Amino acid sequence: MRYSFLDQFSDLDSFIHRLDPRTKLVSCLAFILAIVLTPPGRWQVFLGYFSLLLILIIISKVPVFYVLKRSLVILPFVVLVSLFIPFFKEGEVAGSYNLWLWQVSVTYTGLAILGNVVTKAWLCVLGLILLSATTGITDLLKGLEGLGIPRVIVLILSFMYRYIFVVVDEAMWMRQAWHSRSFGNKGLRQIKTLGNIIGSLFVRSYERGERVYVAMLARGFDGKVRTLHSLTFRKADFYCGGLWFILLVVTGVFLW
Amino acid sequence: MRRTLVYSPCGYWGISMVEAIEKAKAIEIENLSFSYPDGHQALKNITLTIYLGETVAIVGPNGAGKSTLLLHLNGILRGNSVVKIMGLPVEEKNLKEIRCKVGLVFQEPEDQLFSPTVFEDVAFGPMNMGYSEVEVRERVAQALKWVGMSGYEGRSSHHLSVGEKKRIAIATVLSMSPELLVLDEPTSNLDPRSKGALTKLLKHLPMSKIIASHDLELVRVLCPRTVVIDGGVTMADGETTSILSDYSLLKEHGLAPED
Repeated sequence: MRYSFLDQFSDLDSFIHRLDPRTKLVSCLAFILAIVLTPPGRWQVFLGYFSLLLILIIISKVPVFYVLKRSLVILPFVVLVSLFIPFFKEGEVAGSYNLWLWQVSVTYTGLAILGNVVTKAWLCVLGLILLSATTGITDLLKGLEGLGIPRVIVLILSFMYRYIFVVVDEAMWMRQAWHSRSFGNKGLRQIKTLGNIIGSLFVRSYERGERVYVAMLARGFDGKVRTLHSLTFRKADFYCGGLWFILLVVTGVFLW
Repeated sequence: MRRTLVYSPCGYWGISMVEAIEKAKAIEIENLSFSYPDGHQALKNITLTIYLGETVAIVGPNGAGKSTLLLHLNGILRGNSVVKIMGLPVEEKNLKEIRCKVGLVFQEPEDQLFSPTVFEDVAFGPMNMGYSEVEVRERVAQALKWVGMSGYEGRSSHHLSVGEKKRIAIATVLSMSPELLVLDEPTSNLDPRSKGALTKLLKHLPMSKIIASHDLELVRVLCPRTVVIDGGVTMADGETTSILSDYSLLKEHGLAPED
């Protein structure tokens, strides 16, 4: 089985794709910072940032629909976390409900905060999706390293990317083997089997980790991680990064 | 180089007396025993000498201790007695040099290829050896050329076929220019065509080779000398032709089907 869903579209060619990964990483970070630092309720600023990002997505040739679809993945988590804010925030009551034994009331401040959290999270995720859709994982890792992220962390990320597919394959084979031997087992028994599968996936991954480490030792690994640098920070990167930064500030200030 | 008369079972006497004397020992193992932490004794009193330039097959059934023996050749496992590689005892202070001289190719390429791209995997060894960037790039290009995989530098390993993965796995140690190539089950999981291509590739590599396998077809083609191991004990050591024609020996050690 072959998967490449992590950095789909990263092999397209566009102006954005050709930028140095470091430029993109820093720009993405600046974008997220700008969004996080915007006070709640400034919808025009959020709209401005959204338009900026939309322009980038169009330049990058990544299908807009794909980015929007991917961004939905994060929403359940955000909503789950922020769903209860309107009920617990003090303030002017917008509505009151009787739920069995409790009386709960929703406040306007609470609703504003909910809207704020969801919007900010969604915009940040859009930015990150654009980053991962325009930068291959290898380049992204190189960029992280170039920005001074500790090599051990970069190495762990690269192992994760390398073996996630292997683990997914193993899980799939185990599932197939399970389904071909279980017929009609429903409910609790199935959950028990699922537990076993997860357990043995863990053991297998652990053992693979040991074997990979041995393979690293065999090629002279002594705990130091060495890499060759092959990133080039060009003039275009400088101007683009600068322009993006200015646009962010201008949007933030003028639409305040 | 020690000037001693050596007995070599693979027929150096037949070549010439001088050459036999000049042959340097690539591997010296004397009375090596090894037990895993769980108490299972994997190797019992193994004594084995392999000379530079030889291609030796280590054959035996599943669980005979072949892989365990191979892991002793670059100091990943260490048993009760000291193994000598090119005259160097396998000890902590020699490990780096020994791992440079002994290229170990594991059975499962998925374990050997752990980097995001082929280039980084092949460059891993040379980089750990501390070569300059220019030399690392040269070595990677050369190693990939040897295994016929030039142009695969930017590919990611999980998109390759098993045969391609095996070739890259071999390239990852060739880039360190080892004097001794140690392969664990090089032909497992390969279809006949990939197996044929791999056999041809191995035949053209000039360094000494130790191949652990129960693929007797491969052994017959590549290795003039064969060592049979079963239950952690050396059962036979000699010319491949005579060992492979000893049907009862093969049957006894799980290398031929029971009839």
